[in-house]
Amino acid sequence: MTIDPLALAAILAMAAVTYLTRIAGFFAAGRIRLSGRAKAAFDAIPPAVLVAVIAPTVLATGWQETVAAVVTAAAATRLPLLATVGVGVAAVVALRQFS
Amino acid sequence: MIGAIPREARQGLVDIAPVIVAAVPIGLLYGALAAAKGLSVLEIGLMSLLVFAGGSQFTAVELWTQPVPVATLVFSAMLINARMILMGASLGPKMAGFSWPQRLFGYHLLTDEAWALAERHAGRAKVTPAYWFGLTCLLPAAWVATSVIGAYAGSLMGDPRQLGADFAFTAMFIGLTAGFWKGRVSAATIAGSAVASALVYVLAGPPWHVAAGAVAGIGGAYLAAPADDRA
Repeated sequence: MTIDPLALAAILAMAAVTYLTRIAGFFAAGRIRLSGRAKAAFDAIPPAVLVAVIAPTVLATGWQETVAAVVTAAAATRLPLLATVGVGVAAVVALRQFS
Repeated sequence: MIGAIPREARQGLVDIAPVIVAAVPIGLLYGALAAAKGLSVLEIGLMSLLVFAGGSQFTAVELWTQPVPVATLVFSAMLINARMILMGASLGPKMAGFSWPQRLFGYHLLTDEAWALAERHAGRAKVTPAYWFGLTCLLPAAWVATSVIGAYAGSLMGDPRQLGADFAFTAMFIGLTAGFWKGRVSAATIAGSAVASALVYVLAGPPWHVAAGAVAGIGGAYLAAPADDRA
């Protein structure tokens, strides 16, 4: 049971900003009216961040990861989340046999 | 014994049950991957308890290095969780009968899943404290417990690359991204974010690729959306 001071600071600060996003909407209720392009841009934040985090693995690691990501994306269109992860992991393990 | 639970709280517990089942393997996976990145069991459990937001926790673990990049982690948590501002704004007016302490604690329990279920419930009745806490009380316990169990199991598992577990993050994020799919605007978001992030990663290195990809993806959505939409 150890905790690094910097890790603790990161966890507490992440918790604080996350709590702020949780309460801000309830207090701003009735005052936020996004529409059109502004709403599209706001709705795009989660996928934009998710893709930004994994793009180096998908596009700049090796062909195995790139192909496995395409297979995973195809699986994601018809399978639930956990099965999608299973397909992706199986694909990368199989493809890495060829390296 | 179960008859002592108010009817609305029982309804909340019933509504959340499938989400709890689905969260168990995801919590185990989070714990195992975080342990492989070098987080201690205490840090893993504490993050699940205090941050309590899966997407930003998986992101934090993916971006985790030594020394810990605090600013990058906080920035990405803020971006990923910003969607909850809109969820709260939509759900707030449908909640009734909450005291201030119930509000301040209850809002911490907001998740994508609880939000979706509460919005559905709000179509039939007001969201009362009994319903909300019935709906939200089990998930934190399940999430923290499975994170910690996963952390212990993960540290026994050895090199995660051997099992392809290092790719589990990427696969999970692809699955989560698919859940946000809204056609042409999403295609522009994904293409903009992927290209900008990979380019900046190669040219400038981490952590700048996250901000660059986020900005390019959001910009792509703005440009791809119809300009004259007044809905």
